[in-house]
Amino acid sequence: MTSPLEQKKIRITGPSMVTANRTWDGAVVYRTAKQGWSTELSDSAIVTTSDEARALLAEATADDVGAVGPYIAPVELKDGGKVKPGNLREHIRAKGVTIDLQVPA
Amino acid sequence: MYAYDELDRTLINERVSEFRDQVKRRLSGELTEDEFKILRLQNGVYLQLHAYMFRVAIPYGTLSSKQLRRLAHVARRYDRGYGHFTTRQNIQFNWIKLAELPDALSDLAEVGIHAMQTSGNNMRNVTSDQWAGVAPGEIEDPRIWSELIRQHTTLHPEFSFLPRKFKIAITAAEHDRAAIKIHDIGLRLHKNADGETGFEVLVGGGLGRTPFIAKTIKPFVPGRDILSYIEAILRVYNQYGRRDNIYKARIKILVHELGIEKFAKEVEEEWKAMGDVGLTLDHAAIEEVRSRFSYPAYEKLPHMPDELKQAAHDPLFERWRKNSVSAHKVQGYSIVTLSLKPVGGPPGDATAEQMDAVADLADKYSFGEIRVGHEQNLALPHVAKRDLPLLFKALDRLGLATPNVNLVTDIIACPGLDYCSLANARSIPIAQELTRRFANHDTADLIGRLHINISGCINACGHHHVGHIGILGVEKNGEEFYQITIGGRADENAQLGTLIGPAVPYAEVADVIEDIVEAYLALRDRPEELFVDTVKRLGVEPIRERVYATR
Repeated sequence: MTSPLEQKKIRITGPSMVTANRTWDGAVVYRTAKQGWSTELSDSAIVTTSDEARALLAEATADDVGAVGPYIAPVELKDGGKVKPGNLREHIRAKGVTIDLQVPA
Repeated sequence: MYAYDELDRTLINERVSEFRDQVKRRLSGELTEDEFKILRLQNGVYLQLHAYMFRVAIPYGTLSSKQLRRLAHVARRYDRGYGHFTTRQNIQFNWIKLAELPDALSDLAEVGIHAMQTSGNNMRNVTSDQWAGVAPGEIEDPRIWSELIRQHTTLHPEFSFLPRKFKIAITAAEHDRAAIKIHDIGLRLHKNADGETGFEVLVGGGLGRTPFIAKTIKPFVPGRDILSYIEAILRVYNQYGRRDNIYKARIKILVHELGIEKFAKEVEEEWKAMGDVGLTLDHAAIEEVRSRFSYPAYEKLPHMPDELKQAAHDPLFERWRKNSVSAHKVQGYSIVTLSLKPVGGPPGDATAEQMDAVADLADKYSFGEIRVGHEQNLALPHVAKRDLPLLFKALDRLGLATPNVNLVTDIIACPGLDYCSLANARSIPIAQELTRRFANHDTADLIGRLHINISGCINACGHHHVGHIGILGVEKNGEEFYQITIGGRADENAQLGTLIGPAVPYAEVADVIEDIVEAYLALRDRPEELFVDTVKRLGVEPIRERVYATR
């Protein structure tokens, strides 16, 4: 779970997406194939080569008003085309904290 | 309590207006994120995994009931109903929206709270002993000096664009509750042979990837000269501190590379060369700040009131009293620590409902004042002993009377990978599991004082290096692993812990900690020998052998 914030060299080894935080509220968002952002991981554009990843990241970075701090993160592709987070960090970002907050509902 | 004057109020309000405009320009695209980042950091706004995180200063850990209610309001209205008290007398809100941040800041400004000095490469919130002004045997209230430094450094250009963040802590008591030896500058208030009040000045402490314990560079600086002496230190740091490498930019690296003698000499020469720069604090200036701190009109009360004698028959009350109630400088009063470490709870978290209720209890029992300690607990600093039984019942109903202060389940933990974008591993679930393993209060009492500190990465926000047991989350091939150290401490005898063995996976951490504690119980000389003293006496090896023999 090394922080992706200092991502310099772009080299992916499996299916990946680009994620960031939405500027106005900080919500986790994923870059879509329609050059927009979605809060649903299943809407994310999946890339499988480093060149594709680099291009998707460049396009996402250009949208500085829409989202902050874009980076490339791994995903797992399940049967039926379902997209799952590729590591614990992305699992937590997608699903929320792993702890019982003890805050009254 | 400290009463802000018109200048303070104007400064805070102007800062809100300024930030409102900056946010507006950011959201419109007029400012890029690169341009905005330094501005948001100057107002305590970070970007974390799920959202923006908003860090609010609680200078020297003192809050009024009105201020705590306002923090509860921010938690409820702008966040998700809770806040997290940190290891540096701040509170963090984890889910705040950038678009709503100016309103949150504005609401806080109405009660004199702000987020200045909570992030960025500047002088950070000056911290102090959470028992300041009420601890028996204290030289004098260290918050007066914290406030003088806060006023001098806020927005001061010499302190606003430093090579890296800079932290000062002050203590005036024999027992260091402010962890001054792990700060960039640690100040210990004491009196010299002539009875004059001044400071022992320590420099170069800090944790993170290169931990150091601060060293003394001057045994006594008169109080009137402390601002100019700090400025001399900062001038040397600004001149020689590295700006080319973030990992080598803290003053601790400079002190280490120059050597403490050379660094002290540089500061001394700079201090002399500065001459009179108008920073000498005259008596009137010190008294002006002192006069802005108000103290309660204490009653003359008996040492042992009838209410306390009667309540002593209740074993639950007695357990809590022995654990969480401490001596006060005024007869008939006590300092009460409110544990924010319930079994299974996230360390340091408080809900808006709890904050409101504590504010009400502070009004009823503690002259409207609350304190925040670096151990991530709260305290009511002025409780009449006769009120302790009723206060206990109220706290118990709120889940704030867990009798575990300074015990194995009073765990310091950073937010870890559940929230933090820098983290490699989770901290809070480890802490939660450990509190479940040691939930039996008799067992915790038997173990005695034992501080477990957990950090989710090498940045060490959970102060793992100075935990009696320190736990550091690392990543190995995409999995969470944890390095464990023992023998650290953050008090007046501060020292760094020693690695006990290879890192262990997430699922084994609680087992290893249980084994370490069992080894200590078997090896300790007598029941009064604390864990950290057993480690000091025997070294790490005997404990390592017992814990790792079968692993």
